Amino acid sequence: MKAKGKKLNILVGKSFKFGDDISTDLIIPGRYFHLRSNMTELAKHTLEDADPNFIKEVNPGDFVVGGKNFGLGSSREHATTVIKEAGVGAVLAKSFARIFFRNSINIGLPVLVCNTDKIENGDILEIDLKKGIINNKTGNLKLEFNPLPEVMIKILNDGGLINHIIKNKGFNL
Amino acid sequence: MRKTISEKIISEHAGKELTAGDIAVVDVDVVMSHDGTGPLAVSQANKIGFEGVKRPDKSIFFIDHAAPSPKKELSNAHIIMRNFAIQTGAILRDVGEGICHQLLVESYTCPGDIVIGADSHTCTSGALGAFSTGMGSTDIAVGYILAKTWLMVPNTIKVNFNKKINKGVFAKDLIIYLIGKITSDGATYKALEFGGEVGSRLGIDDRFTISNMAVEAGAKTGIFPSDEITKTYLESQGRKDCFREISADKGAKYEKVIDIDCSVIEPMVSQPHTVDNALPVSTLEKVVVDQVFIGTCTNGRFSDLKIAADILNDRKVAGGVRLIVVPASKHTYLEALEKGIIKTLIDSGAVIQSPGCGPCVGVHQGVLGDGEVCLSTQNRNFKGRMGNPKSFIYLSSPATAAWSAVKGYIADPREVLG
Repeated sequence: MKAKGKKLNILVGKSFKFGDDISTDLIIPGRYFHLRSNMTELAKHTLEDADPNFIKEVNPGDFVVGGKNFGLGSSREHATTVIKEAGVGAVLAKSFARIFFRNSINIGLPVLVCNTDKIENGDILEIDLKKGIINNKTGNLKLEFNPLPEVMIKILNDGGLINHIIKNKGFNL
Repeated sequence: MRKTISEKIISEHAGKELTAGDIAVVDVDVVMSHDGTGPLAVSQANKIGFEGVKRPDKSIFFIDHAAPSPKKELSNAHIIMRNFAIQTGAILRDVGEGICHQLLVESYTCPGDIVIGADSHTCTSGALGAFSTGMGSTDIAVGYILAKTWLMVPNTIKVNFNKKINKGVFAKDLIIYLIGKITSDGATYKALEFGGEVGSRLGIDDRFTISNMAVEAGAKTGIFPSDEITKTYLESQGRKDCFREISADKGAKYEKVIDIDCSVIEPMVSQPHTVDNALPVSTLEKVVVDQVFIGTCTNGRFSDLKIAADILNDRKVAGGVRLIVVPASKHTYLEALEKGIIKTLIDSGAVIQSPGCGPCVGVHQGVLGDGEVCLSTQNRNFKGRMGNPKSFIYLSSPATAAWSAVKGYIADPREVLG
């Protein structure tokens, strides 16, 4: 997202489909609490309790696709960081829990609200972040996603909240 | 402009008039994290640098989630927090002092404050009439360094608890009932404001329980207006100076008003694996329990331990059941000790553990085995929450938990309280 080149606003990857209400406990369970200071090790358990094969099969640039209320539960930012660390290009869902959504933007992980009923597990998706369009190449259809609030676009464009604060010597929203 | 409580507090802290939907950078009064989220907040804060922590007297680190530490990695994470606190002058509340949300209401949160915390249950402080909300470690790092954050003023759903509460029914039953009705995302991005003839008379511990679980409906915060009950509580903590009255204006604009007839509410449970999977205990088939846990930021306070002790007095925990009790804070623990409650609980067969989060997060002090069932007074029963995705967690009030510990299966406390 930091890059200015048009091509880099295009993400291509495979969909890993999950259901409704994927909690932060399913994304990264409390039993790995002791690994929170070691993100590489922690990320090896990403979404393990929702789909034990996910971490073995996911490739850089692939997408996590959920139903409603993705990321509910704990405020643990690690839930967003491990998904990014696993190489995921974006998370798509019908709706997101508030803290997960905000955390994702803060660390620079695109989170897109769209009708994920039209996406099956394994579908190849091409996402144009700038135009707000998801091209489901397998299903041969186009979906739109809701634009982000302007403040969040600013934070994402600055490369996350920490970079935004450093760059502007404070908030500039 | 007639305002909701959230609109009032956020406007004050932004220095301009705001209504629902507006976005603003605001000053924050209290910033906190704990040992699950604090180490990451420290590393993010160190990236920002600047001149250290802006308001050390309002920046707090709590060690409560894995306390005392069960693993060397966690001990090292604790060291990171202790060192940062020493280096910046921030406040550290160490092992055994209690759960962050309980210590916030005992010692830090004032009515009208904005409180941000790296824990989703930061909404607990809303019970004192504060705008208090959970965020991630990065937002909290920025809060530590700048004493500011950005917020969107939320729309508010007004929840009126009306009529009367039946015997054997508690605040926990009201909030489980409400979440069952509006579901786990029924209040996402919104503030819940509580009132009604029952709501406005609820004691402070009951308010903490209800505000604590606002996030289980997705809410940004769960607020009670501050009143005489709030004032009496703050006085009891030696903090009467921080009291101010805060309530919504008459005619404030709510997105929705939900009226709950409390007289139809029975003792409730949330069944595995979601909080909104709510049912009256009376409709359950026999659910045998392996472990009962009474504690947490939801229900580990003095009044919770007392009702449990009243039920367990001269009774024994059923064979094959482990009863774990964790006071929410040192203050709670001492009060329960002085009143003989801890002795009653131990005599009944309970294990008492040091103040903190206990087994709620699945790190230590009561991790469940494969296929085991736990009835807990905590706020969340997601798959894997208590350390094992092959276990089953039910949620209830302390009264239901205590009576179920005696019976060995999930049982209706009206059988003993009725």
